[in-house]
Amino acid sequence: MAVTSSGTATVTLPTDTQILITREFDAPRHLVYRAWTTPELVKRWWHANRGEVTLAEIDLRVGGMWRYVSRSDDGLEVAFHGEYREIVPNERLVSTEVYEGIPDAEEHAALDTLTLTESDGRTTLTVLVEHPTKEGRDAHINSGMEAGMQDAMDLLEEVAVSLR
Amino acid sequence: MLDIFLYRYMISGMARAATTADAFNAVAEPRRRLILDVLAGGERPVNDLVRELGLAQPQVSKHLRVLREVGAVEVRDHGRQRLYRLNGPALKPIHDWVKSYESLWSERFDQLDVVLDELKQKEEGDGSDE
Repeated sequence: MAVTSSGTATVTLPTDTQILITREFDAPRHLVYRAWTTPELVKRWWHANRGEVTLAEIDLRVGGMWRYVSRSDDGLEVAFHGEYREIVPNERLVSTEVYEGIPDAEEHAALDTLTLTESDGRTTLTVLVEHPTKEGRDAHINSGMEAGMQDAMDLLEEVAVSLR
Repeated sequence: MLDIFLYRYMISGMARAATTADAFNAVAEPRRRLILDVLAGGERPVNDLVRELGLAQPQVSKHLRVLREVGAVEVRDHGRQRLYRLNGPALKPIHDWVKSYESLWSERFDQLDVVLDELKQKEEGDGSDE
């Protein structure tokens, strides 16, 4: 019988330019990998109850592209895409991530590394998000990111309230 | 794979001048984070900070001023010295931001749990095991 782990994601900030997300799942890793890399399955979980994933395209090969488009409940549409850089099926997936709504979007691409490790049928998933490290740009992105965080928190609160 | 809402607002922040004095701006400067790290070990006079950071006193004082403006650092007079100390609650917005991000991914992964349960049941039903 399937048992839902319903654990919480852990988010840490290992360095100035990194975000690390960790979560354990009560499923073998080939299934986690399948759910992560199959468009119709991605559409079912990536929305996080905050809207709808209207497009999920995945060309799962090195040099292949992925693209997700989401629409929030208040009609805000956002799109992300990236390129797969490294693929070890069921274990490791490295890709770039570009948010399409900003000027010079490609320059601000993050590098995402998904890692899956399995033990006793359970899978530990980590996603390491790394922002560009070039010094000047890095400082720029950091200050901008941090300036925007308060807005993000406010917006999230609004979203949370509107969902009640 | 970042959050569709947070990401939009984090990045859009790049387009405007970061003039707002808040905890996020205060810790955006690496040397100010170093000062916070040192003060996490306890109250210090400015001379200690100058020595440990290897910076000129005017620079350290400038950074301390920014940190004091957002309440991240507090100061008191002790004899002829001014002692600086960390004020953790002022950094709570940063903690809260991480928590918001964490809750987004928790909700996303709760949905993923449901998908995984289905995939497991389907595999058991097929009798196949990859």
